[in-house]
Amino acid sequence: MSSMKDVNPRVLGIRDPVSLQSLAARITEQIAQGEQKPFQRVIDVSCGDPHRAGMPPLSFARQVLAVCLYPELLKESSFPVDVRQRAEKLLGACNGGSVGSYSASSCGIPQIQKSVAEFITRRDGGVASDPEDIIFSSGSQKTLKLVLHLLSSGQGPTQTGLLTPLPCPHTLPMLLDEVGVKLVPYQLLEERGWAIDLEELHRALKAARRHCEPRAIYISNPGNPTGHVQDLKTIEEVIRFAASERLVLLVEEVYQDSVFGQDKKFLSYKKVLFEMGASFSESVEMVSFHSISAGTMGECGLRGGYMEVINMDLLVKNFLTSMQGPSSPPVLPQLALEIMVNPPSPGDASYEVFTQEILQKVETLAQNAQRACEFLNAVPGMSCQPAMGGVFLYPRLHLPAEIIQEAQRSGLRADVLYCKKLLEEEGVCLGPGSENGHDDENYHIRLCISAPTAVLEDVLKRLRSFHLWIQDRHH
Amino acid sequence: MSVLQEISSDVRNMKQMENFVLFRRTNEIKEELRRGVRKSYREVIDVSWGDPHRAGVKPLSFVRQVLAACLYSELMDGDKLMVDVKQRAQRLLGTCAGGSVGSYCATAGIPQTLQSVSQYIMRRDGGVPCHPENIYISPGSQWALTNILKVLVNSEASPRTGVLIPVPCHSTTIISLTTLGAVAVPYYLREERGWALEMEELQRALDSAKGVCNPVALYMINPGNPAGYVQSRKSIQEVIRFAAEKKLFLLADEVFQDCVYGKESEFVSYKRALAEIGAPLSDSVELASFHTASKGLMGECGLRTGYVELVNLDPAVMKHINNLFSTNSCPILGQIALDVMVNPPQPGDPSYPLYLKETQHIRASLAQNVRRVEEVINSFPDFSCQPLEGGAFAFPRLFLPPKAIERAKEAGLQPDTFYCLRLLEEAGVLFSPGTEYGQKEGTYHIRFCIMTPSDTMEEILRRLSAFHEQFMKEFS
Repeated sequence: MSSMKDVNPRVLGIRDPVSLQSLAARITEQIAQGEQKPFQRVIDVSCGDPHRAGMPPLSFARQVLAVCLYPELLKESSFPVDVRQRAEKLLGACNGGSVGSYSASSCGIPQIQKSVAEFITRRDGGVASDPEDIIFSSGSQKTLKLVLHLLSSGQGPTQTGLLTPLPCPHTLPMLLDEVGVKLVPYQLLEERGWAIDLEELHRALKAARRHCEPRAIYISNPGNPTGHVQDLKTIEEVIRFAASERLVLLVEEVYQDSVFGQDKKFLSYKKVLFEMGASFSESVEMVSFHSISAGTMGECGLRGGYMEVINMDLLVKNFLTSMQGPSSPPVLPQLALEIMVNPPSPGDASYEVFTQEILQKVETLAQNAQRACEFLNAVPGMSCQPAMGGVFLYPRLHLPAEIIQEAQRSGLRADVLYCKKLLEEEGVCLGPGSENGHDDENYHIRLCISAPTAVLEDVLKRLRSFHLWIQDRHH
Repeated sequence: MSVLQEISSDVRNMKQMENFVLFRRTNEIKEELRRGVRKSYREVIDVSWGDPHRAGVKPLSFVRQVLAACLYSELMDGDKLMVDVKQRAQRLLGTCAGGSVGSYCATAGIPQTLQSVSQYIMRRDGGVPCHPENIYISPGSQWALTNILKVLVNSEASPRTGVLIPVPCHSTTIISLTTLGAVAVPYYLREERGWALEMEELQRALDSAKGVCNPVALYMINPGNPAGYVQSRKSIQEVIRFAAEKKLFLLADEVFQDCVYGKESEFVSYKRALAEIGAPLSDSVELASFHTASKGLMGECGLRTGYVELVNLDPAVMKHINNLFSTNSCPILGQIALDVMVNPPQPGDPSYPLYLKETQHIRASLAQNVRRVEEVINSFPDFSCQPLEGGAFAFPRLFLPPKAIERAKEAGLQPDTFYCLRLLEEAGVLFSPGTEYGQKEGTYHIRFCIMTPSDTMEEILRRLSAFHEQFMKEFS
């Protein structure tokens, strides 16, 4: 295999990543070497990575994990007593009392599956969740890949298609390339805060059936990157649609604890499904995804997530659980998951600090969302829908014709060129909307607003300055 | 009928892994013990995995202290931790975005960690150059292996892609191959010669693939798993020449390179051997070498971190490999452990005395275990163990009496699974059956992890001996 012709065509088909982040890293390195730039440091808010932007981790989580890693600390009195108790309990769930052992089963540590199931049951007002339906992995994308692998089949007109929101999470298109599933976009309605439109779902499905076999529909709620939080009516419509068209529902709900819009509440698809009565709740196949990377935990680098499989055939479930065999999920993130679903309770030593930290994060997020939205809407050539949840804003850009032409000449998409220039001129790294599926002239950028307010302020000012300059230069 | 079941041929073709039987029964027995059911043992000793911590080996203090400090930096206040722990943690945190182990990192891994790993490889291989751009850190070596296989294997191709694999071979690789739609082409290691690899056998295996599949790669495990051999330099070079001649991509699974204890044995990496052969082979044979933090003295399986080094790959192909690896991010904590693994405390460092003590203890226990296992197993006429030279397992052969084989068949089980099940029931010891790994038709083996505290191994051998005598008597 010493040439391209021997490489698996499926791998060849994976689109090139945009690599703005590596450019950002290179520029940071150059600054460290003493090179002069028009800015002091690079701020990268292109991905949902709050720690990178400077948001602090949750103390309780980090303390418990540290003790689990180094159990000598169980004797350390400077750690609050509930930290030590929780660590002891979690270590008891690990084989050999060590986070260095493989998980007891390939789906994960049984006691933690149970904790997660209990959390889901509580969250959904009593709708029962079975620990056996919980499968852990090193990140929600990984678990998603497992399911997509199952769905993947056929070629050309028989290839499996996935109805995918436009815009979608920026990591999804490459994943679909890798597993050989066709991305079938359904447009979200920008004017309505990126809401789902049932007619558009029907249109997309009908069009898709002409050239592939759509088998599943992907939902992101709260939306990544849109920040839209779906209401009950929407969720019910989508479920009915999926049921009648025999589509598997893949519901990514990783930002469920980051909802801040006024009067907005997170509703889980599972809860709504079960409230729709037995004809739906006993037949619609659904997989829900959650992760520690998102929300208030923001522990992207730890790599932990889970999926809950609902109404899944036993054979399929067995296959999913055994597919993990070759790569059992890491232990420490499962412990972090356990902390996420079982935070300190009132009365616990760490409760006050913990609650404070969470409150602060959510408040910061809400304030940032509002501030950034107002700010950007006031910039000529930009418009932004308000975000109700999640960690991104996804403003629309008007780009001058010259930029578009320059982009064509250099073989880049215009929004990628825009982001590249922004990075080089102002040291701000944002994500181009083409990664989220917007590959026409409908230019957007995404920025992560889960950052310290001062950092975000800096980003906004630099962005505005750049955008005005770009428009000015070409007039 | 389920949408997913309808369309996925993988689901339709999946066969129940024998392992499930043992696994399920283990859980049931643990539950029974918890409820106070009386058995001749108080706890189940599970040595079916390559998981030293599960078996009771303690983690190395230095690595855990560094990890804890990276997770919760307040730990570095005061004197709780030694100076070199703090320095290491601070340096490593400095390499993480936002100074937090909670951030994403670059596709191939944290650049400084990649540097450390490449320097380690150079030292290990006596100076053979190693470039960080050829290294990808991954959540576990199997994950990296699966990705490389993904590049090599075209599941839609006709004829199908073939990969030569040893018999016996550890089960996770077999599963990966099957999932990718590749054909496993077995080459049998010669048990009676200490599981030696014979070139005629490799040729035979390759010939057997004619008309069945298109073999593109040759997968080697050194040191072995489950069999405990360590390949000689000469053997490795023979394999390399074979691969060069037959245009096969070499996949060298070297995760047990730090576990070599045979008196005459020395670990030589495929990369080093390749370099020593010299041009033109050293510039053309394509090689992927795999290593991990899960094995060796650290045994940090739960952290899920490994890496692959790619040698002599076409730059255009490397670009696509990069795309493939970028679809998943690598755990930061594991990379920190990896950094410690390739850069352990040195003489003169404050943590060195404890580090030395702990690693020496693990090595001594391992050496003791090896001696005792060979002694005890070989003392039985119907049980034999090839000399253990490296790796973390023993893979002795069972000479089962016909009655036992009959009984197994009646129960719908493979004979070695049957033995393991009875061993579990009656002695509370969990091994895994040779069936999982492949073995010559009509032969039976069992595998168990030998990286355990010495007294645990004594207990295992005691229970095993008592059970074995009983079992053989019952079916004589």
